This record gives sequence, structure tokens and C-alpha cells, in this order.
Amino acid sequence: MEKLTESKIAELVKAKFAEVEWIAPEAGVAYLVVPPAKTAEVAQFLRDEPALAFDYAVNLSALDNKEQIEVTYHFYSYKHRHSFAMKAKVAREGGAVASVAGLYGAANFMEREVYDHFGVKFTGHPNLIRILLPQDWVGYPLLKDYQEQEDYNGIGTTRPSLL
Amino acid sequence: MVDALKKEDGFHTEEMVLNMGPQHPSTHGVLRFEVYTDGEVMRKAVADIGYLHRGIEKIAEKVGWHGFMPYTDRIDYVAAMTANQGYACAVEKLAGIVVPKRAEYLRVIAAELNRISSHLIAVGALGLDMGAATPFVHALRERETINDLLESLCGARLTYNYVRIGGVSYDLPEGFIARTIAFLDHFKPIVDEFNRLITDNKIFRERLEGVAVVSIDEAISYGLCGANLRGSGLKFDIRKDEPYSVYSELDFEVPVGICASGRGGDCFDRYYVRILEMYESIKILYQCFKQIPEGDILADVPRKLRPPKGEAFVRIESARGDMGYWVVSDGTDMPVRVHCRTGSFAAMGIIESLSKGLMIADLVAVIGSFDIVAPEVDR
Repeated sequence: MEKLTESKIAELVKAKFAEVEWIAPEAGVAYLVVPPAKTAEVAQFLRDEPALAFDYAVNLSALDNKEQIEVTYHFYSYKHRHSFAMKAKVAREGGAVASVAGLYGAANFMEREVYDHFGVKFTGHPNLIRILLPQDWVGYPLLKDYQEQEDYNGIGTTRPSLL
Repeated sequence: MVDALKKEDGFHTEEMVLNMGPQHPSTHGVLRFEVYTDGEVMRKAVADIGYLHRGIEKIAEKVGWHGFMPYTDRIDYVAAMTANQGYACAVEKLAGIVVPKRAEYLRVIAAELNRISSHLIAVGALGLDMGAATPFVHALRERETINDLLESLCGARLTYNYVRIGGVSYDLPEGFIARTIAFLDHFKPIVDEFNRLITDNKIFRERLEGVAVVSIDEAISYGLCGANLRGSGLKFDIRKDEPYSVYSELDFEVPVGICASGRGGDCFDRYYVRILEMYESIKILYQCFKQIPEGDILADVPRKLRPPKGEAFVRIESARGDMGYWVVSDGTDMPVRVHCRTGSFAAMGIIESLSKGLMIADLVAVIGSFDIVAPEVDR
């Protein structure tokens, strides 16, 4: 068991994948930016490299920064007790990321949730359908410019003021 | 083999799809399963979730950093204190706020009381699902006292909104410590009684032992956490292994599944870990009352909080395991993103692969043993 710092982990990943970028902001956690098509390869390296052994995908989520969707991964290693964050930045419309559902069982549901809320496609996902919203819902609600539909199947989503 | 026999006998067999839920008493909220069955045996149970989706994460982007606290109660209303605490910890980490020591102790006291009441619901409801109605009533009776205690602390019995960014909202009311210690003295023998009533009950055990075995590797891959992970035998508790708040100053054990059936990680192990954790929470509470220092309960936090640009991800040990808050700020008083990673959501993810080959009645045991709380799945 050897706990590595995040920057050390980033160095190890960089030695293997040239196209990644390490970003350490002033506040909060630092993260690694990975090309969207490479997420599965990098995740596999993080999981299978004995010195890293990231066996637990804690969190997989996304955010809309108004220019791009940042799909964010948080990993943890039970063996070494270290953690790591990784991001893939994709276009706001029609963006696609390589799925890690084959590597982590937990990613299956989490990727469906990101697809449901942001419309990001995960290539290689076994069953990429909406998970929390109804299948026939229009739009992706966590996008910053999301416009709520006036009604859903004839049920109004707003109501007039009572005053 | 079975299929061949049936064909020779001339029986017509086909897969049957059953609908279970969303309004089913054992689904602990509003969950729905499509169960593909072959007779009494499930081929798979496909979870259909989202009935309680309230878009809490979208709301966070509209109500500001402080304003989101009451909504965290609604993420997990059975253990709302830990949901409060997790969000507060994440924002404090991002904004670099130091919480006064007394407030940290108050949070731990509230969270551990809430953990006991949440585990009481979990073990009681599992008994109820398995057909034992009496233990559930005993569990609710004890939980009532905890609700009274927490009500005297913060005014609410279920959705507490007790924790603030930078501390807590109220100090201990008069007589709280004496009343809580009286409750704990009374409660420990009750857990023993609960064990005699249900843990050692043969019918109860036979419904759970050896059912839905999850190996450690599977549990880790599917992101199971908390009692579900420890039930599979991995000794890991965030309070112990990645300590936050004042847990590093407190002495407690991390119980793991006892492997009673010889196959660790079954429904009974997950159940029994929760029973053992109640004993540990009692221990923690006694220590807290001895060690709690005097002092402030709330740090000086501006009303219009503007955490610096950046993001933080903080995990805490909720009653349902690993509760992670991912908060992102762009330097304004409105969050860019708040995401909550919950244990129940992870547990729902494993059910499809786990249900293969189980009886339909076992599905109820599986849901109950994972201690799934539907609003935490759907948020």
C-alpha cells in the first residue's frame, strides 16, 4: 500500500498517454483532462496499473460550462487509499465519450444519468437510455440554456398565479 | 436440462414478465422492477427508477449556496443529518471555511443519533418485509425517542436543516445530554432484545442467509458502499479510513459481515453489520458527550457566500454509505453545479446482475438488505 499524490499519479498517466493535460486550479481539486475518445483507455490504465489500482469509480457526472460539457470522473483506490479526478470535455450538442461501463459496474447507471441530464453519448455503453426522466422527455434539463416544455403529455408544467 | 425435461413432458414454458411496483410495500418508496421470470425463479429484475426525481441538482443552481441546505434533507430523508453534513463539508472545503470544534462535535452527535434511527428503520423494515411485524414496531418506538431528541435540538423531526455552512444552527438545548445518555443507557439492552427477537430467529435467518451473495470484487466494481460493502467483508469506513470532522478523535470499531452462512456478503451479513453499527454509534455518542468542548457553533460566513472559482468533491459516511458531494463554483453566489453521489443509487445498479437465479420473494430481501431509500436514488 503506497499512497501517491495526485500530481504523481498524473505524471504516471502522462508518461503513458501524451495527449492528456494536468490542470491544478487555486481552489479545490486538481484534475486531468483527457480526450473524449480516450477515457476508457485511461480508465483501464488507472484500474489495471498496480501502482495506481483505482478499483472504485466513486462518481461520474458532468457540468455545462456554457461552452462545453465537462464529463467528470472521480476514482478511488481501496488498495492504496488515494483518489484522482479526470475530465473529458465534449461539445454541448452531440458530444460523445468512450464508455467505461465495461470496466466499472457502477458506471452503467452513472453514464445513463449523464446522458439523461446532458445528452452526452457514451460510445460502447450497453443500454444508453434515459434513467431518471421518462423516455419521451424533451431536452436535457441540466444544460444551462434548457427551456422547460409547457406541457408533458398534456399535463401542464406550470400553473397560473393564484393571486 | 430442465428445459429438455419439460419439452419431453409436453409442457409449454415461456418467460413471463411481471411488474413489481411502483406502489409496492416492500420497495421502500417508489421503485419499479420489471421481473423476467421462469416460474418462481427470476432471470433478471430490471430496475426502473426516477419516480421520485425532483431535479434537486437543477434547483441548486437557482437557490444559492446557503439556500440549498434544506433541499439536501430531501435527498435522504431517513438520514437527513448526514446529507446536510456532506453538503456543508463540500462547500467548506471549496471556500476554505474552518468549522469551530464544538460545531463539529454537534454535527457528529446529530449524525450518529440519526444513523441509529436510520438503521432502526432499515433493520425493522427488513424484518417487516420478511414477515415479522413486531420488531418493526419496536424499532419505530425507539426511533420516536431519537426524533424527540433531534426535535429538541433543531425543531424538526425528519428534515432537519440543522447543519449550516460553517457550523450548526443551534447549540444543545438544556438537559439534552442527560436525556440522550438516559436514552442510550436504555437503548443498548433494546438492541440485545432486538437480536433475540429477530437476528437469532430461524425463519428470518433462513430467508436471508446465502441469498444474493456479493463478492468483494463485485461490490467494489458496482460502487457499493457503507454497510453493503462491509457486509461483503471489506473493512472500510470513511469515518475511519478517510477521517473527516472529529472522527479521528473518537474510538470505534468498523464491523464487517460475520459470514454466518459460510458465504460472506449475503443479505444477512448486510443486515447484521447495521445492527453492529448501532452499538458503535452508541459508543461514539458517549465519547462525544465527554469530549465536547465549549465554544462557538458557527464560523463567520458571509451571507452572500462566494467560494473561489474551482471545484471540490467530498465523501462522508452516511447511513447508506458513501455520500459524495461534487460542488463547482465560478466565483459567484450561485453554484455552477452540485451533484450528489449516493449509496442507494449504486445499490440499484447491482440488482439487475444480482437478481439472476434468485426467487421472486428474494428480491424483497435484496432491496431490504441494501437499505435502499427511493428519494436518494432519484434525487
